[in-house]
This record gives sequence, structure tokens and C-alpha cells, in this order.
Amino acid sequence: MSPLLLLLLLLVLSVAGYIMGQQKALGLARKTGGTRNLHSLPVYYGALTALWCCLPAFFMFLFWIAFEQSIITGLMAADLPEEALALPAARLNVLINDIQSLAGGNIVSGEVTPLMQKAASHYLSLKGIGQMITSVIVLVAAVTGMLLVHGRIRPDMRARNQVENAFMGLLVVCSTIAIFTTIGIVLSILYEAVRFFQQIPVTDFLFGLEWSPQMAIREDQVGSSGAFGAVPVFVGTILISAIAMFVAAPVGLLSAIYLSEYADRRLRAVAKPLLEILAGIPTVVYGFFAALVVAPLIRNSGAQIGLDVSSESALAAGLVMGIMIIPFVSSLSDDVINAVPQSLRDGAYSVGATRSETIKHVLVPAALPGIVGGLLLAVSRAIGETMIVVMAAGLSANMTANPLQAVTTVTVQIVTLLVGDQEFDSPKTLAAFALGLVLFIGTLFLNIIALTVVRKYRERYE
Amino acid sequence: MNNSSTKNGSRNAGRTIDIVNKGLKRRYRKEKRFRLYGILSIAASAAFLAFLLTSIVMNGYSAFLQTCIRLDVPIEAGMIDESNPKRSDFQGIIKSAIREYYPDVTERREKRELYSLFSSGAAYQLRNNVLDNPPEAGATLSLWVLADDDVDMLMKGHMKRDVPESERRLNDRQLRWIEKLENDDRIEKRFNTTFFTSGDSREPELAGIWGAVRGSFYTMLVTLALSFPIGIAAAVYLEEFAPKNLATDFIEVNINNLAAVPSIVFGLLGLAVFLNFFGMPRSTPLVGGIVLMLMTLPTIIIASRAALKAVPPSIREAALGVGSSKLQVVSSHVLPLALPGMLTGTIIGMAQALGETAPLLMIGMVAFIVDIPGGFTDPAAVMPVQIYLWADSPERAFVEKTSAAIMVLLGFLIAMNALAVVMRKKFERRW
Repeated sequence: MSPLLLLLLLLVLSVAGYIMGQQKALGLARKTGGTRNLHSLPVYYGALTALWCCLPAFFMFLFWIAFEQSIITGLMAADLPEEALALPAARLNVLINDIQSLAGGNIVSGEVTPLMQKAASHYLSLKGIGQMITSVIVLVAAVTGMLLVHGRIRPDMRARNQVENAFMGLLVVCSTIAIFTTIGIVLSILYEAVRFFQQIPVTDFLFGLEWSPQMAIREDQVGSSGAFGAVPVFVGTILISAIAMFVAAPVGLLSAIYLSEYADRRLRAVAKPLLEILAGIPTVVYGFFAALVVAPLIRNSGAQIGLDVSSESALAAGLVMGIMIIPFVSSLSDDVINAVPQSLRDGAYSVGATRSETIKHVLVPAALPGIVGGLLLAVSRAIGETMIVVMAAGLSANMTANPLQAVTTVTVQIVTLLVGDQEFDSPKTLAAFALGLVLFIGTLFLNIIALTVVRKYRERYE
Repeated sequence: MNNSSTKNGSRNAGRTIDIVNKGLKRRYRKEKRFRLYGILSIAASAAFLAFLLTSIVMNGYSAFLQTCIRLDVPIEAGMIDESNPKRSDFQGIIKSAIREYYPDVTERREKRELYSLFSSGAAYQLRNNVLDNPPEAGATLSLWVLADDDVDMLMKGHMKRDVPESERRLNDRQLRWIEKLENDDRIEKRFNTTFFTSGDSREPELAGIWGAVRGSFYTMLVTLALSFPIGIAAAVYLEEFAPKNLATDFIEVNINNLAAVPSIVFGLLGLAVFLNFFGMPRSTPLVGGIVLMLMTLPTIIIASRAALKAVPPSIREAALGVGSSKLQVVSSHVLPLALPGMLTGTIIGMAQALGETAPLLMIGMVAFIVDIPGGFTDPAAVMPVQIYLWADSPERAFVEKTSAAIMVLLGFLIAMNALAVVMRKKFERRW
């Protein structure tokens, strides 16, 4: 039975359980003289029956879905003939993948051997058996749960409390998903990064000055010495983020100040949506724009004044990234500036300060912690931004502070290392996770500082 | 400022005002300059937006038209396989039709150059046409077939005719052949239906956005189905029920932090957990949707909490007063009032997810996929990834395809955001 059909059936059963439970409760109510003699409203008896019908069965189903692939593949691989199992691990993996694609009716990388044919049909039959067993278990669990509750419905059964407890549990589980996501991120990245650091020492990675993650396929290949010193990558990231902040910080801050202190309602009604549009444009569009329009523009104007500008200059990527961050900076600063109490402004006006003086000497100092927090968040955004740099910045890891040259960033390297063929035992692939770890820790650090600063700031004026 | 704490009090006041007045002009100038900076920075953002949009539109509008060539295809007896028309040699029929139109081209190399003016999709067009209404032998079909992308670029003016031969992709001979077509009114730009109906292709004239639109649709469906209920449940718990303790604080810190984690990190998570650990299929909307769900969840939770906060406590107190349980208060009073706000937040989160590319690159959604996906577990591309792939392609014709795909994507985003704005306007309630 296909998973979708099974789910549908489960839904139908739950609806049936709901109706049965409710009917039984209504029947009991009629016998005892009205629903007021029941502990809960009849719907709760129905809901309880339906919950017992679908929840345990659904969890079993989820469990199977999660592990189906690995269990069945493991079983199939164990049943392969001796000569296949004797293959090296990498070849065996390819074989297993081929068998799976053969079973799924997809294209196979090599020739189809009788061995693969047999294994594929074995795989399919295992899959069929697995699905059958799951379907039976799930349906039996559903019906048992339903009947069990249905049989126990009495007028004094505390159905509402039980249903509410179940829903409460569901709410708690949903709200902890954020924690599980964080744990998942940390564990998955850490696990692969540790495997990387077993092959390349941490100090070499963090302080090495040369980055060329090409690993040799053959032993004697030229340029086969993969170098994993990430400093040039970090330098490139910092350079591009600095250019971006150089654009975004003044423009974003000044627009926020102008919009909240000077602009009349008409201008605000135009300018705010405009900034929102700028914020809503996907980064891949910015990336395309940077590569197609901005980079050639900068290169040509550089050539006219006799400067040699790389076609993948850090300047182009940084400029466009800065523009992308403007709305982010401006909306954060806008919140912060609006949180400054009006009395501070009035005090400054009353001693004869002009508006700009009030802003420069009263508002900005008062809002400074919040502004700094917002800027830190923007920096973290710039460091983690991927598509613009993937499309407009280079791949070569130059260690330079010259914005006219090509540099590479952490995110660019992660994408180049992981897109395409992956082997999960080469340092080349694992290096991406090490970079990811640095990226995650770096941005986490910035975010936590920024969020704490902003929160403290808000509390001060609330 | 006041340096004159002299004995003469009555003149002192006048002096201070003098000092103030003297500085006034300078201070007003400063004020004006400051104001100007503000206006300039807003104008800079506006100018950039206009620049970006115009350059996209200018580059992309021509992709909605496609150069077609009218070809008279004589169908002779025996050309179409009677028993199984699908297996006829349509490529050969097209070639013979081309040769018929250019009788003076005989040399092998020249013939190849001539054929290359026509898209390889022409044979499929003929095939579909023949299969739909089988022609009789001896009839001549007059078909508008797709031109090759180089011809398309020439007709759209992206390739100049007057530059030296070595600097164009079409040589002088090919230009003469095209001029013959032009003189016979056999070449024109027509509305590009291929772009809206087909999947990706290596040939620019055959590439379309529909596969990516479908892929995005399935991905968004998964994201929506997961993130909306989970986001609302989490928001309700945190806002209405959660006790003020360390665990709740920890959840909140996590949510706020996840909202600021770089999106590519979610891709790493998806790669390591969903693909490698759980063995879910690569490049599928299912995995893409789950990863995007994790990414948009914080946005939805934060927006939903704001919507719940906006419901005044008096509603809750009134419901409690007539004997509702806490869960009943939330489910039948607070939630319906907060729902429009939550939906608005969800739509904005979805719009964010629709434009997201980086995490999807990590889970293999960059594969070259020609087929139009038909379900959640079919390999698929999504719109932003399609844009990225086309932007990486070297052919000049893909530049306009990319821009056109961007216009389609922006169209969807604008529609979603407009929906959010309308909903906010319509259902927003001030208490």
C-alpha cells in the first residue's frame, strides 16, 4: 500500500472514530438524561477516539518512513553475493546506487548485469514486504486504539482534559522544533567537521595561508597537494562584508533617520514599500544583476581611468550586497529610533537645538546600542549571504585587501565544494562542513551579541 | 559658548543672542545638508531599484518572443511510417524540406551550417503536428518551426550584422540564407509559448520555466503544509501557555537565533541529516520543502506571536468568565481573531522561501532536469535555482531567458506580497 493511500485511510479511520465516539457519548447522554450529565461535551469523546486512532499509528508510520530506505538498503546489501561484497567500499556504494535506480526505473551508470537485475527485484520485493508489514501494523494500531477508547467511554470519563492534554503536548512538541533544528545543525556540522579535522589539523585550517582544496584523484597528479589554510577565505569574506557595510550602514541609517524624523506621511507611504521591495527581491536576482551589469560596469569604468579591475572584483559583489542589506539596516534602525522617547526630542528642541542637532547629539547617542546591535545583525547577514557572492565573486582565494581584485568567501567555497559529485570521505567535501562550522559559530556569536544588545536597549526605554 | 560672564548683565543677554544669531546661518546650513543626505540616501535606494528593474526588464522582455521560421514541409509517400507514425524520421523530413527551400546548397559542410539555423526542436514540432492530424501523402505542411538561438539573437539585435565575420557566431553565408528568409517573409518573432510550457533544456530556444514553476509549487506546498500548523502551534504555546522559565527562554533564544542563521547552514543540515542520515531522495521537492520549512519557521512563529499579542486580554478574560477552559479560550476566541495576522506572516514567510536558493543548492536541486516534475519525490528544479543555472550558462540567449525567469519569479513574489497587504488591510482590527 503506498504511503499516501495509507495516510488517507488513516484519516478516514480517524473521522470514523470521531463519529463513533461522539455517537456513543450522545447515546449515553440520552440514556442518562441530557448532555449535562456527561463530564465533557460529546465532541470531546469523539476527538479522544480519533486521537487514539491516528496518533500512535501516525508515529509508527513516521518511524517507518524515516528508516525505510536505510533498513531496506541494508537488507538488500547483506543479501548480495560474495563477489559483490568483496568490492571496495566506494564501488559497492556505486553498485547499490545502481541497483536502487534500476529498481526505481531510472538510468543506471553502467551496464546492467544479471546480478544487478536479481538484486533489484530482491530490493523491490523487500520494499513491497516492508510496505505491507507497515500498512498492517499501522492499520491494526489505528483500529485497536479506536476500539480501546470507544469501549471505555462512560459519562464520567474526563474526555476534555485528556484531549486538552494531548493538544498541549502537541503544542509543546511544535515549539521545541526550533531547539531540535539548532541541535541538528550543530551535531551534523560538527560531526563532519570533526572528521575533517582528523585529516587536517585544526591549526592548519584556521591559520594556514594557502587555500586550494583540489585533491588528487591519482597519486602522481600535478598540483595534487590539497591545501586547506582558510585564512585567505576569511579575509575575502571580511573584505566583501566590509564593502557591503560601507554602503549599507550610512545609507540605511540615514534613510531610517530621514523617514522617521523628517518625512511627511506621503513620502513615507512611498519610501517604505520601496525599501520593502528592495528587501523582498531574491538574492539570486541581485547576484545575476551584480554579475551581468555591475561587474562589467565597474571594470569598464576602471579601465577608462587606467585601473586594472578584475571581472569578478570584490567591489561589485560587495556593492550589490550592500544595497541588498540597506532595507535590513534601515528597518532595524527605524524600530530603534522610534523607541527613543519623545521627551528626549522635546527636551533638545526646547533648548533651541535644530532638528539635525537633536538627531546627532540626542537621538543617535540614545539609540546607539540599538543601532550597533542592528548593524551587527547586518554584518552577520552579509557574512552568511551566499547567492550574490557565488554569482559575482571569484573562486580563487587571493589574500588581498584590494577591492578591485577577485576574492572568495566562505559561502562560495561551501557551495563549490558541495555542488556536484560528493564523496563523504575526502577532505575536499568535508572542508565545506568545517567552513560551515566557522560560519555558523561566527554568525551565532554576532547574533547573540546583537540580540542581547537590542533587547537590553529596548528594556531601557520600555 | 558663553564666554561673557561679565559684570554688565543687561548687555550680556544681547550678546548671547548675537552669538546664537551669528551661528544660526551655519547651523541652518548644516541642517539643510543633513536633510539632503537623508533624501539622497533614499533616492539612492530608489534609483538602484529602478536601475535593477529596468535592466532586468530590458534584458528579458524579448524572451517572451521567439524567432520562428515558416517551413514548407512536403510530405511524400513513404515518409511517414504508416504502421507506427511515431517512429518516422522527422529529422530527415525537416532536413529535406530545408534542402528543398535552398536548392543551391549542396556541399556537406554548408548543409550542416544551414541545418544549424533551425532548432533541433523543429523535428518535435513536426512530429506533434503529424501525430495530431496525420497528413495525406503528397500534401505540403506549412509549419512555423523554431529557429536556432543564434538566429534568434540576430533577429533580436543582440548579434550585430555589421561586425567582422570572426566576431559573430553566424558566418556571412548563414546571414545570406537568413536574408532570403526575410525577403520571403518567412521569418518572424512570435509569442514564445515554449518558455511557459516546457522544462529546462541545453538549447536556449527549447528551454522553459514551467518545470521550475511546478517544482517551486510542490516545494512550497510541502513547506506550507508543515510550517503553517507547526508555526502556529509553537506561537500559541509560547504566547498563551508557556510558563516563564529557563526552558521557555531557551526556546525563544533558539527561535530568534535561527531567524538570523545564514540560509546556507540549513542546506548543510539538510544534506547531512535528510539526505545522508535518513537517505531521502536528492533533488526532490520533499527535501527542499522540509529544509525551507525549517528556515521559514522562525519568521512564521515571530509573526504569529505578534498577531496573538495584538488580541486584547479582555477577550480571553470574557471567555474564561463564561467557563471556557484555557484551550477553549484560545481555540475558539483568540485564534480566530489572530488568524488573519498569522496568515499574513505565513504568506510573507512563503515569499521568502520561494526566492531562496542557497540551501537548495546543498541538497542537490541544481541538477539539470528536463522532465516536468509530477510529484513530491520527482527530481525538480525550483525557480530561483533555474535562474541560477541559466545565469551560469554561456549562451547569449540564456541571458534573456534568465531575465525573463526573474520577471516571472518577481511576478509571483509581488502577487504573494500584494495578497498579504490586502489581507492585512481587510482583516486588520484595531481594538
